[in-house]
Amino acid sequence: MKVKMLSRNPDNYVRETKLDLQRVPRNYDPTLHPFEVPREYVRALNATKLERVFAKPFLASLDGHRDGVNCLAKHPKSLATVLSGACDGEVRIWNLTKRNCIRTIQAHEGFVRGICTRFCGSSFFTVGDDKTVKQWKMDGPGFGEEEEPLHTILGKTVYTGIDHHWKEGIFATCGQQVDIWDEQKTSPICSMTWGFDSISSVKFNPIETFLLGSCASDRNIVLYDMRQATPLKKVILDMRTNTICWNPMEAFIFTAANEDYNLYTFDMRALDTPVMVHMDHVSAVLDVDYSPTGKEFVSASFDKSIRIFPVDKSRSREVYHTKRMQHVICVKWTSDSKYIMCGSDEMNIRLWKANASEKLGVLTSREKTAKDYNQKLKEKFQYHPHIKRIARHRHLPKSIYSQIQEQRIMKEARRRKEVNRLKHSKPGSVPIVSEKKKHVVAVVK
Amino acid sequence: VGRMETAPKPGRDIPPKKDKLPTKKKRPRRYWEEETTPTAAAASPGPSPNKKRNRELRPQKPKNTHIPKKSRVSKKPQIVKKPRERRDAEPPRSLSGAQDPFPGPAPVSVEVAQKFRRIDKSKKLPHSKSKTRSRLEVAEAEEEEISVKAARSELLLAEEPGFLEGEDGEDTAKIRQADIVEAVDIASAAKHFDLNLRQFGPYRLNYSQTGRHLAFGGRRGHVAALDWVTKKLMCEINVMEAVRDIRFLHSEALLAVAQNRWLHIYDNQGIELHCIRRCDRVTRLEFLPFHFLLATSSETGFLTYLDVSVGKIVAALNARAGRLDVMTQNPYNAVIHLGHSNGTVSLWSPAMKEPLAKILCHRGGVRAVAVDSTGTYMATSGLDHQLKTFDLRGTFQPLSARTLPQGAGHLAFSQRGLLAAGMGDVVNIWTGQGKASPPSLEKPYLTHRLSGHVHGLQFCPFEDVLGVGHSGGITSMLVPGAAEPNFDGLESNPYRSRKQRQEWEVKALLEKVPAELICLDPRALAEVDVISLEQAKKERIERLGYDPESKAPFQPKPKLKGRSSTASLVKRKRKVMDEEHRDKVRQSLEQQPQKQEKAAKPMGARPSALDRFVR
Repeated sequence: MKVKMLSRNPDNYVRETKLDLQRVPRNYDPTLHPFEVPREYVRALNATKLERVFAKPFLASLDGHRDGVNCLAKHPKSLATVLSGACDGEVRIWNLTKRNCIRTIQAHEGFVRGICTRFCGSSFFTVGDDKTVKQWKMDGPGFGEEEEPLHTILGKTVYTGIDHHWKEGIFATCGQQVDIWDEQKTSPICSMTWGFDSISSVKFNPIETFLLGSCASDRNIVLYDMRQATPLKKVILDMRTNTICWNPMEAFIFTAANEDYNLYTFDMRALDTPVMVHMDHVSAVLDVDYSPTGKEFVSASFDKSIRIFPVDKSRSREVYHTKRMQHVICVKWTSDSKYIMCGSDEMNIRLWKANASEKLGVLTSREKTAKDYNQKLKEKFQYHPHIKRIARHRHLPKSIYSQIQEQRIMKEARRRKEVNRLKHSKPGSVPIVSEKKKHVVAVVK
Repeated sequence: VGRMETAPKPGRDIPPKKDKLPTKKKRPRRYWEEETTPTAAAASPGPSPNKKRNRELRPQKPKNTHIPKKSRVSKKPQIVKKPRERRDAEPPRSLSGAQDPFPGPAPVSVEVAQKFRRIDKSKKLPHSKSKTRSRLEVAEAEEEEISVKAARSELLLAEEPGFLEGEDGEDTAKIRQADIVEAVDIASAAKHFDLNLRQFGPYRLNYSQTGRHLAFGGRRGHVAALDWVTKKLMCEINVMEAVRDIRFLHSEALLAVAQNRWLHIYDNQGIELHCIRRCDRVTRLEFLPFHFLLATSSETGFLTYLDVSVGKIVAALNARAGRLDVMTQNPYNAVIHLGHSNGTVSLWSPAMKEPLAKILCHRGGVRAVAVDSTGTYMATSGLDHQLKTFDLRGTFQPLSARTLPQGAGHLAFSQRGLLAAGMGDVVNIWTGQGKASPPSLEKPYLTHRLSGHVHGLQFCPFEDVLGVGHSGGITSMLVPGAAEPNFDGLESNPYRSRKQRQEWEVKALLEKVPAELICLDPRALAEVDVISLEQAKKERIERLGYDPESKAPFQPKPKLKGRSSTASLVKRKRKVMDEEHRDKVRQSLEQQPQKQEKAAKPMGARPSALDRFVR
């Protein structure tokens, strides 16, 4: 007879002293871990609920402006510094870590229409309603010095926007035409027009740095190549576009914030169909800015809310609003991709977390693993109806909520009419136009 | 690969005896030195015949080649713990000149990796869009890698299972408990004990989840709980009422006792915490640890689920089969199996008012049911003196049957698939080939005669011990090879401290699985709900008035100037349409004969004269 009994030495399983860690032997045999899927599901459900519990995105409000905030700019070298221009011509520089204003300049008479920083972060440019372009030093004046711009360019017409080249000392302004300026010269290197309307914004492409995009009030988006004297091509949409923003990771993708409550992501190589139509806002979209990762963007709207969209999704993943926040005019995603700033009508700049339930500060390694594990679980079970409902639920102010209901009814009625028309006409005579193609009127080259 | 199968050429013509001398004298080589002589490379003695045989078993990889992920799993089944032999192909050198004798990742046997696999690779991926498809493929590759890693971690398991082998022709069933006790070490021998309690018997007993604690209750009201390893008594009371069944709840601190009238819950001091009057005349108790449900079957024919974490009754199901006194749970999917007096076993979940399945097992009534820990096999015994095992995967087919002289009144499966049956005052234990095989009922593995009739049976988790409650008290039998040797410390740890238990309790409560999720396949939650997907698609098509995912009709592209007349466009369009049509016809023709064959085959294996008229 040969016999062996299972006999464990307790010393191998119990810690020696109280100062030791507990011993935890593992065995990954699936029969010892039954109900793997239901238990993971419950964990995912709990993680989703906790995410909603801890969703406290609002961080700070920077007040000090005496009129609505009209434009914002990030500092290219310092994460803590942000610049803002107001409707009364005042420019303020803020320190985000201390959450206070470090410098105030009365830059223009009337609105500050646009503000942008130089790529090196040593100076910044502003344009205003007083038909001037001014360059300012980033550092304040020394003791006893006057607060004065480095350069001032007097123009003939009002400038409505400005953007700086990402690598060279060149900047572009827009107004009645798009002007490209050398920093050293007082007259533009070249000016380009296509049509006769006022252009509301101009943006340099951060990767293909000689490319520009602009949008004008005659409903078009025009693309330019700085090396040529004439514009490249333009696309005409249903309604006018307020701003565009280039994707910082994909050179040919840009997103346009439109007056028809939607945002359109275009591939500049094929402008006839937008890559994605992003709809969720219930009023005109005023500004858009990409996350540095190029995966998401944030949009500011006249409906007193900001929304975060994934680039490849047509619905927003997040909506931020507060009771006091009025029409949001400008929005920026900070360069560390963790925060969002928005400037609104009621003179405040607000700082939000980009990920609403994120814990700020240093995480311990156990916290980090738990966070990653929960994230993976949420991803795995995101399509289960119960989890989906909880993850998607957002409280909305009554005005937005009722507007959404109203617009849903309107859209449904329109769609019903279309289907009826399709049903009662000769097959093939009524073309089926997809939602993406509906909003593009024409592409001109 | 072929080159490596043979011994290295330079080594072949040098006899091994001479070969050893230069190896001893050889001075240590520095990393900046190149190979000094060609013989130095061949200095290692030629492979012994034993080693050569080993090498043939093992598929070898050419050196310095990138090993793709999939090839990590060697195709032949191997034993993991076999020492890996030296390769004669030179592995890459490190800076110090040392060679890695075991280059590349450790080999993993396919069978072990298969145990950890979650995705069924035999199922084809659904026809989906390229984006989804690539994501699925990535997930599948990741899953495979994880299963290989988990299989590799088996090396770290500390304990080996026990065994009992008879020497040439010796029948292990003839070996008495006293012999085993004599042969094993003191610690194991202490696990065999008899509690002589003739006064209050017969006894029902239950081990806690970790296998550390034992509770038993006698018909005449004696209830006790003890730490059976240290033999420390936790409580002992007399409830002054008949005790039908006893069961630990999620931890050893709570104890459910089915008494004559109602269900009572005691703590480990013996203090009565609850008297649950909604569960009356309970005959059997089962606790579902991951759902925190206490399933009770009663004389009135009701199966009641009580959620012990909130104290609510989740479901009360009427089995409509009279008195219920045979009940067991399937530990794999938490389905309750009830045995009835008409010979059927019905499967229940709290989510359904009707049984999930009914299996006709015996000609007479069912006396006992047991399900093994993998949820694959069910053993039943009936009044017809039969003992049967069933396969629970799919169609519930009987696997084997055996008539016992007395018929078994109590059945229990161990963690490693041993089946114990209590017949009168005898306990028989059968074993299978391996862990995942059904017990073969021909020859018992062990038998033991007790001092009274068996009334309750349970294998102790994580210990090679079978607890038997009988009319003479409690017997703790030694059954080598019954239990899983390696426990998981985060799941159920017999050596856990108080703090660890508290932490585990909080975690377990946080991930309490809802009762609605109990169904036959616990992995169903992770699968795609095809039915509702198709329903949603149909509704969408109806709402839109067209199918947005349908293939657009072919539109020929305009060609060069002058070549794109209307006639040629129509012709090209026609051509594509005809080709599609031909494909369709070809496919349907290919399918038709298959259908006919299928229809013809079951009709007759023998050819008939009338076959010629079949069209």
